Order: sequence, then C-alpha cells, then structure tokens
Amino acid sequence: MRTTETDSQGSPSEVAERIRLSATSDRPYQFLLRGTALFFGAVIILFVWSVVSTAWPAVHTYTYHLLTGKSWVSGTGPYGALPLITDTLLTTLIALAIAVPVGLASALALLFLIPRKLRATGTALIELLAAVPSVVYGLWGLWYLIPWLTKTLQPFLASLTGSSWPFSGPHEGFSVLLAGIVLAIMILPTIVAISRDVIAVVPTDLIEGGLSLGATRSQVLLKVVLPSARTGILGAIALGAGRALGETIAVAMVIGSNPQIPHSLFSTGATLASTIATEFGNATGNTGSALAALALILMIITASVNAGARILTKRAGAHT
Amino acid sequence: MSATLTELPPDPILERRQEIQKRAAQTIGRRTLLSKIFLTVLVAAFILALVPLGSVIFALLQKGLSSISWTFLHTLPTQPSLVAQNAIGGVGNAIEGSLIIDGLAGLIAIPIAVLLGLYLAESPSRAANFLRAIIEIMTGLPSILLGVFAYEYVVVRLKSFSGLAGVVALAVLMVPVIAKASELAFRGVPATLREAGLALGARSSRVSRGVILPAAMPGVITGVLLSLARAMGETAPLLLVIGASSSWNWNPLHQMAALPLLTYNYSGSQYPSQRAAAWGVALTLVVIVMFLSLGSRLIAARMRRERH
Repeated sequence: MRTTETDSQGSPSEVAERIRLSATSDRPYQFLLRGTALFFGAVIILFVWSVVSTAWPAVHTYTYHLLTGKSWVSGTGPYGALPLITDTLLTTLIALAIAVPVGLASALALLFLIPRKLRATGTALIELLAAVPSVVYGLWGLWYLIPWLTKTLQPFLASLTGSSWPFSGPHEGFSVLLAGIVLAIMILPTIVAISRDVIAVVPTDLIEGGLSLGATRSQVLLKVVLPSARTGILGAIALGAGRALGETIAVAMVIGSNPQIPHSLFSTGATLASTIATEFGNATGNTGSALAALALILMIITASVNAGARILTKRAGAHT
Repeated sequence: MSATLTELPPDPILERRQEIQKRAAQTIGRRTLLSKIFLTVLVAAFILALVPLGSVIFALLQKGLSSISWTFLHTLPTQPSLVAQNAIGGVGNAIEGSLIIDGLAGLIAIPIAVLLGLYLAESPSRAANFLRAIIEIMTGLPSILLGVFAYEYVVVRLKSFSGLAGVVALAVLMVPVIAKASELAFRGVPATLREAGLALGARSSRVSRGVILPAAMPGVITGVLLSLARAMGETAPLLLVIGASSSWNWNPLHQMAALPLLTYNYSGSQYPSQRAAAWGVALTLVVIVMFLSLGSRLIAARMRRERH
C-alpha cells in the first residue's frame, strides 16, 4: 500500500516531505509561512491594481486611441502611445541586433575558446558589467558616446547610405540609435550569462561526435552547439529583450525625450518607460492617468516577454 | 581474381562514403582556415564586449576622482549661482539618504523574503508554484512600475513626496530577488540534515530555524547583499516618489536626497560644475554598490570555508 502510494505520488523525497509535514505539523509555523505568502501575494495584487486603477480614467476616456494615436503631448494631450511603443520596440531591436551576436560570441568564447585560466576572470568582468547602475551608463552615454556618435559613427553610417534612410537627419548624438547602443551594453551581461548556462549543458557526446566526424571547431559550434541550445538561447534573448523594453533612466538620458515616430535611426525619440520617468514629476490631471496607462502597456509587454523567456529557459534546463 | 572484383555489383554506400571522404580531404584546408578566422572573430567580439566596461571604469576614475574629497563626501550641496558657479558643495545628505532608504527597504524586505523563500522551498503545492512563477516574472518587470505603485499608495495618501515612498518601492523590488535566492539556498540544504533534525523530534519550525537557515546562510546573505546593491543603484522609482532635499534629513516621512537621483539631476544641470560633479556622485554610488556586491561574495565564500 505504501509502495503504490510512492509510485503514484512522486519521488520518495516528496512523499517524505508530505509525511513530515503531517507528522510534525507545526501550525503556528505553517501559518506564518502561508501568511507571508498571502501577504506578498496581496502586495502584488495591490501593485497591479495601483497601475490599472490609475490608468483607468485615461483608458476609459481615450479607449483605443491610447494605443493607436500617432501623437503624444504631455499636459494637454493628445495621448497617443504609438510613437512611444514604436521607439520602445525600435531601441530594443537595435540593442538585440548588437547584443545577441556579441553576447553569443562572448558566451562561446568564455566556454570554449579563451584560455582556461582566464575564464573565471572573464565571467567576473561580464558580471561586473551587470553591477553598474543604469544611471552611470546614462552618464557615460552622455559624455563619451555622444561625441563618438556625432564625430565618428554617425558620419560613417550616413556615408554608407548617402545620408538617406535609415541614416538620415542631423548628427546630434541624442537618438534612438544611441539609446539602442546603451541598451545593448546593458543587456549584454544577461544574454552572456544565460546563453552560457544553456550552452554549457549541451552534451559533450554531441560535440565530440561532431569533431570525430571531421568537422572543424567552428562547424561544431555553428552546426551542433548553437542548434542544440537554441531553445535556451531564445530564452536568453527574450530575457535581454525584457530588460531593454523596460530600461528607464539610461534611455531617458540619451534618447532626447521627443515623442515622435522615428523617420531614421538618427531621430530623437522617447520610450514608454523614459516618458513616464521624465513626465511623471510635472504631470497634472489627465496626463498622470495617461502616464499610468503607459505603465500598464509597459507592464503587459514586459510581463509577457518575461513569462515567455522563463518558459524557454526552464525548458532548456538552465538555472536562472 | 580481378575479374571477380569488377563483376561485383556497385556498392552505393561505399561510393557515397568515398565521395564524402574525398570532399572532406579536398576542403580541409579551406575549412580549417575558415574555422580559425571564425574563432578569432568570436574572441574579438568577447574583447569588444569588455571595451565599454573598461571605458566606464576609466571614466569614473578619471572624471570622478577629481571631484571627490573629504569635503565632497560629508558636506551638504549648495546651489551654484552665476557669481559662484563652482560652489556645488558636497553629497553628504545624498549618501545618508541612499543608505537610509536602502537600509530600511532591506529591513522590511529581508524577513518577508526569507519566509517567502522557506514557503516556496518547503510547501510543494500548486499555490507555491503559481507564486514562484509570478515572483520570477516580477524580477523582470521595469522598476519604474514600482515607482507608480509607491506614488499611488504612499505619496498620494501622505500628500507629499517622501523617503518612505522610496523605501516601499525598493522593498517590493527586493523581495522577489531575495526570495528566489533564499529558495535556491534552502533547496540546496541536504535532505539528510532536515531528516536528522526531525528524527530528533524537533518541530519543523525548530528545524528551519536551527538547521536549515544556518546551513543556507551563505546563499541567503549573497542574495540579500546583491539585492541591496541592485536597489542602491535604482534611479527610476526614486525619481517618481522621493522628491529632493538639500539638507540632512533623518525622517523618512519627508523628502530625501539619494545618490542615483543626484547623479541623474546633476547630469542635466545647466552648470558645468554640477555636470562634472555628476561623475563624483556616480563614483561614490558605484563604490558603495561594488562594496556590497563584492562583500556578498567574500562573506559567502568565507562561510563556506568555515563550514568545511
């Protein structure tokens, strides 16, 4: 009887756990644990509710125009988040376009290529990159990247297309391109750390099998290692995207705070998060509610992206 | 003899294998070269990834060290004027504000988060799994959303910006991080230790307090210090709720100054002296943040050593 119960209800340790809980039941303690869980659950609900309820007047008044409106003017309206959503997605795409190849290359280099003695140091350096507060990246972007952009990168890119799309417009530094570059640096540690974890669990048999068939090291990396880790790598990319979509202060400092649908990568812009940061302080009346509506949009986007990322990395068996 | 060999039917598998071997032999030089180039590119990309880090550290030291002095660290800020443009004073109250806000947030978050970690590690139930998923998603949400939360529930209710609102925002930000780290630490405690404790007749609360918590302490402390470090650098939620202050203020019910927010405000100042001082504020902040994150590693490593 005991045996069948074990078979049908999970591993021996889980059964032991249940027996333990029933045998040495310790009501005040269980009450404390569950009470804490309930309390924090309530805090989460209040958190979501605070955003939803503040956004409600704006959602009720402007309905779908909040999502599709092409113009955002704080203070007087109209409150159309389309430019902000576009800029949020565009900066994230730029960040991913830079950080994904560099991040994957770094993860492969850390795992297989650089000398064994340097690997721990390399990992620590990448983690250090993650420990720098975002306001410092914003400051660095203002002082170092803007001169580099205006003097070197923007003229170079403009010369590629003859100053036409997507590199048209004045070379001011402040731009969605700059925000994308800063974001790329900020999400790089996330992408490196997680893709490193998921690549590390690719079975050695597969790698050795590839090498023994006569494939070169690069062929094994490209055709064996990356494909077998692709679910986890997608998860790593999604986590990086989640960070980029919601990053606030660094973007607010370098994007130029100008809500418009970008006509080139050199356009100034404003993301959902950066607009909340820069406008919330002097928001009155409807603007406050409209900004909360932006927060709600941002919450829905980032929560979905993060949930997707968790599912992917879980499936890949990485410990995040 | 040779006649019988030629009369054998052709072997498609053998032919295919010979064809593959021939091609592999023909292309090996090219493939090896391509491989070498590709691997070099990968290592170059890794080095490229470290360039911004080097540049940020260089900038912090080069531009930050020149503004830092003992006076800068312990005096109050002064507002520069057209006649005294370099009179920017210090950041003493911002250091104080940051430490108070971060410390109080930690005091609130740690007990809740550790109990939550115990709950997640010890109660295998659907509710726990659901809560764990929600908590994991919360760790990825933009921190500015917690600014909106603290604004609604603290600033609006108290009708004033306050350090307390910042404390609330940061505490809610810290709980998921610490809870996740402690859950992992609690799960890492060998089941035999728990069972030994229970076999001695201890209640589960006694085992948690006397056996599991001490055994998991390095992991819990690492999580706590890392979340303190992360919260210390958070600017976005504070920007919405703590207001500003240029005096020593020990009462969290009033407006407060904080290092990340001061860095942000100085970076956009009209006075070049303040814009330059932003690097000094940033360096002060980074030193505290690094102290916390390195400290977490050292403490955890030390506790592990002592145990073994």
